[in-house]
Amino acid sequence: MEEIKKKELLSVYSGEAEQPFEWSAGKYVSRFLVEMRDNKTLVGSKCPKCSKVMVPPRRVCGDCFVQMDEIVKLSGKGSLYSFTVVNFGFVDPDTGLQRPVPYTCAYITLDGTNCTYAHYLSETDPAKIRIGMRVQPLWEENRRGHLLDIKHFEPIEG
Amino acid sequence: MGKRVAIVGTGQTKGSSGRKDVNGQEMINEAVMKALTDAELTRDDIDAVIIGNMDHFEGINYVDTWSVDGSGGYMKPIMKVTTGGTTGTTVAMAAYYHVASGLFDKVLAIGWEKNSESDTTGAIITAFEPIVDRPTFAGAVGGLALMANRYMHEFGATQEDAAYVAVRDRRHALKNPNAHLQIDITIEDVMKSPMIAWPIKYLDMCPRTDAACAVIFASEDYAEKICPRPAWILGIKNRHNFTFLGDCALGTLLSLEDAAEALYPRIGITEPLKQFDVMELYLPTSFAGVQWIEALRLCPKGGGPELVNSGATDMGGQCPINPSGGVLSSNPIGATGLLRVAEGALQIMGRADKRQVPDAKMALVSGFGGCNWSDLMALGAKKPD
Repeated sequence: MEEIKKKELLSVYSGEAEQPFEWSAGKYVSRFLVEMRDNKTLVGSKCPKCSKVMVPPRRVCGDCFVQMDEIVKLSGKGSLYSFTVVNFGFVDPDTGLQRPVPYTCAYITLDGTNCTYAHYLSETDPAKIRIGMRVQPLWEENRRGHLLDIKHFEPIEG
Repeated sequence: MGKRVAIVGTGQTKGSSGRKDVNGQEMINEAVMKALTDAELTRDDIDAVIIGNMDHFEGINYVDTWSVDGSGGYMKPIMKVTTGGTTGTTVAMAAYYHVASGLFDKVLAIGWEKNSESDTTGAIITAFEPIVDRPTFAGAVGGLALMANRYMHEFGATQEDAAYVAVRDRRHALKNPNAHLQIDITIEDVMKSPMIAWPIKYLDMCPRTDAACAVIFASEDYAEKICPRPAWILGIKNRHNFTFLGDCALGTLLSLEDAAEALYPRIGITEPLKQFDVMELYLPTSFAGVQWIEALRLCPKGGGPELVNSGATDMGGQCPINPSGGVLSSNPIGATGLLRVAEGALQIMGRADKRQVPDAKMALVSGFGGCNWSDLMALGAKKPD
């Protein structure tokens, strides 16, 4: 019997097999996406117990554990709560494409809400981004009921 | 309260960027064999197995069933536990619960990961809400960068303030033969390293590692017969945070703070920095190393940089943090938390070799999942009352 040569260590690729999913958005996120697609409007939900407004809207307030039925329309403007400028490329599992870098991941406190909302920021130079700066959404012309119906948020001048 | 439980043996494989010589199950077997040897037990002595990793890093679901040959679990009860980054500490907690219940005497906990087998960041994203969170999320690094940035904003800390954590942990790793990274670096090296996700630079960030860790838990009826100086579990707390990262405050690690607030009074801790002799904390970035120790009340809010840069948490200091080199030196994610438990136990057991803190009697161990839930565990040399 020949000895197994240590240097022959193989790796086997998983292949191009797809495993697609189709997630139900539910009533709340469907309303959120439809408002974006049809009215270029962001909406949140308000908890009847703690009165906090949350975006994206959802069925249950995690803190109070009660159902929220009140939908609140938002102006879309907000202040930057935190951000990071991402420099490393990786394959986005949803698109199968490399994310273009650099891109700025921004967490924004939208006016009228009590949480933060994640999206892109147009500015990618950290020296030009300031926590607290005012931002607003830039809407795509062609919208399909997707988070990226907003292309990104951009600083409000002045 | 249940039966008193102690750790009586540990085993780990040396961290590597790619263990091409083993598949996952074989690597698990290496760690299990080492733990059994350390405890002078055989596979037949084990009553149950708890095993965990992050499934999508290897694309093999149900590791519990797939790894049976290597884990020693043939014809034994096995449970898989997977909680993201905290998997390793949660696996330890589940093993503890099994023994504390009085239904199992000796339980084997296994954590492992072969990060080399997938694109880590692409895989981590699948842990997040698919419709509204994923499109912009940037993996663990992104979430950690957002926390670091908010912390700097709220407390006026700088990148330089945090950099020493990376220097400290990597220097400690030089004495740990199992550490993946063994590099001697300076603050200047950290500041000059490439920016990955602002403000986190390459040397601020933990590696991706292949490794496995196994820890054996025994009840009070067996622990002292198996091990001359077992590491007793004094207390455990864990806390989860909201579904959406956007709902979580980022300036403070609230889940760790809450866990510490619940744990400390239970075990008589009022001054953690003084009362603990050593800590093995899940700190995946240098910024976490200054921000999250505040959640543990080692110092006031905003005081992390001063404490760390004083040297108080170095080997030889008042309370060494991460003599093993920590997560910044080895990060086999499913094992990372369990390595904190194992390293904390090694300190109490007096088996930490060149990285031993002299006369360590009380150890604090933490786990973190991004973003951002926490596990906390206290280990001690003295059997609880």
